[in-house]
Amino acid sequence: MNLGQTIIDGLALGALYALVAVGLALVFGVLRLINFAQGELITAGAYALSLTSNWPVIAQIALCFVVCVGLSVAIERIAFRPLRGAAPATTLVATFAVAFALEAVWLIAFGANGKPADPLSTLNTIAIRGSLNLRWITIVEIVAGIVLLGGTALILNRTSIGLQMRAAATDFRTARLLGVRTNLVISFAFVIAGVMAAVVALLYTVQTPLVTQTFGLDITIIALVGAVVGGLDRLWTATAGGFAIGFATSVLGDVLPASQEKFLTAFVFLLVILLLLLRPGGLFTGFGRTTVERV
Amino acid sequence: MAEPALEVQALEVRYGAVPALRGATLSIEAGEIVGLVGPNGAGKSTLLHAVMGALPIAGGSVRFEGRSLAGVPTERIVRQGLALVPEGRHIFPDLTVDENLRLGLVGRGSTDGISDDLERVRTLFPVVHDFRDRQAGLLSGGQQQQLAIARALVSKPRLLLLDEPSLGLAPAVVETVWNTLSEIRSTGVTIMLVEQRAQITVGFADRTYVLGDGRVKMQMTPQDADDTERMVEAYFGS
Repeated sequence: MNLGQTIIDGLALGALYALVAVGLALVFGVLRLINFAQGELITAGAYALSLTSNWPVIAQIALCFVVCVGLSVAIERIAFRPLRGAAPATTLVATFAVAFALEAVWLIAFGANGKPADPLSTLNTIAIRGSLNLRWITIVEIVAGIVLLGGTALILNRTSIGLQMRAAATDFRTARLLGVRTNLVISFAFVIAGVMAAVVALLYTVQTPLVTQTFGLDITIIALVGAVVGGLDRLWTATAGGFAIGFATSVLGDVLPASQEKFLTAFVFLLVILLLLLRPGGLFTGFGRTTVERV
Repeated sequence: MAEPALEVQALEVRYGAVPALRGATLSIEAGEIVGLVGPNGAGKSTLLHAVMGALPIAGGSVRFEGRSLAGVPTERIVRQGLALVPEGRHIFPDLTVDENLRLGLVGRGSTDGISDDLERVRTLFPVVHDFRDRQAGLLSGGQQQQLAIARALVSKPRLLLLDEPSLGLAPAVVETVWNTLSEIRSTGVTIMLVEQRAQITVGFADRTYVLGDGRVKMQMTPQDADDTERMVEAYFGS
């Protein structure tokens, strides 16, 4: 085992999980809703790639983005918007309903055997050979993570819509009194979540080229656990949590002997349980929080 | 005669089955400072939130410059020229002072003259300029109140509603805030001021309505401020 290799691979998988986590956290920020249906966006994007394997790659990528963003916005419009103001449990159940319904659709339409999708399989080649073997996909995943997370931070910190989203995430009632358009900020959160899902679908097919109906679900559940452990109430803690769990999963996968690898998920969750026992408020709570109540 | 800035007719608002306003009627002329006082639970905040479209109207009407606001969503009401400074200020503590101020720009009906208006507000409230990059949650209570008013002003309202701006502030700070309200009025903004402190409100505002039990019970002028008997009657009489 090579420590450098383990860390690099961990960074790459961590970046992927961070992208899922940031989408979950953005939606949670404006709706106080854990969107279990987000995994289905990734699955839908991956199926879109598998169904268009004879298209030019650039057209496949474009379609993947259209499908993920379109489905994300459509789910919000059709399933969540009519429930605006309903009890949180109701909306939570609605996200389950959407997720299971879509999973059934995938199963009926595409069968249980899975469909191959590998538009970017060329990335699975070695870019730099040496003491570390660096594959292109590893580099692309890390770069994509940095660019997309940095881009999201720029939008949130430098644009009016980003400022409105941050305000809405803190206090939606007051934001509305100031004229913030509810539907606009919520739709925008779902657009970003859709973009993240498209990128994850594209990159994840490189290492998992067989698309099944649970393709996006597994990665989303684990990213969600990471986001919760990090602290879902703030974007950066949730993202860091998603990154951490991706990193831990990858490292554990390297460290565990091959015979134990089927217990990988169990080990990850064991780690999560330990962390929650030690820091029940979230892994990163208490950092960078300087606000005090003043009267 | 011109339309009143705000005309509330027999307004009814309910929380579930519980009535909070049972036919409140009042009207405000352009350029006035009008007070609204009354005991806790009289329906003062309810009235403001109903005007802003944040609570559904169960009966009666609300008109702003002659146009009905019934059923109009808050985000459109704000763009028509109303702004509310909510009770407890509700600044965004994690955002900077300048970011808080800029959120006020979201509700503008037009984008003309933004830099002029920002400049005017910064002159009126130096604190929003001096502490522009500070986290708003670190400001003192009085500074937060000034920020909340400044934030409402940059949306360029013609009618400014304030919900208990003096709540929790030291008397000297209250005076500063109220002096500013007079200055704001002199720039052509109509003001409706909801307060618990009845006596000083009656003395300050052009006219003051007394709200009790979901209805407007009487109207007072500054001459009544020292008339303790009338004051007591307004609060406790039937």
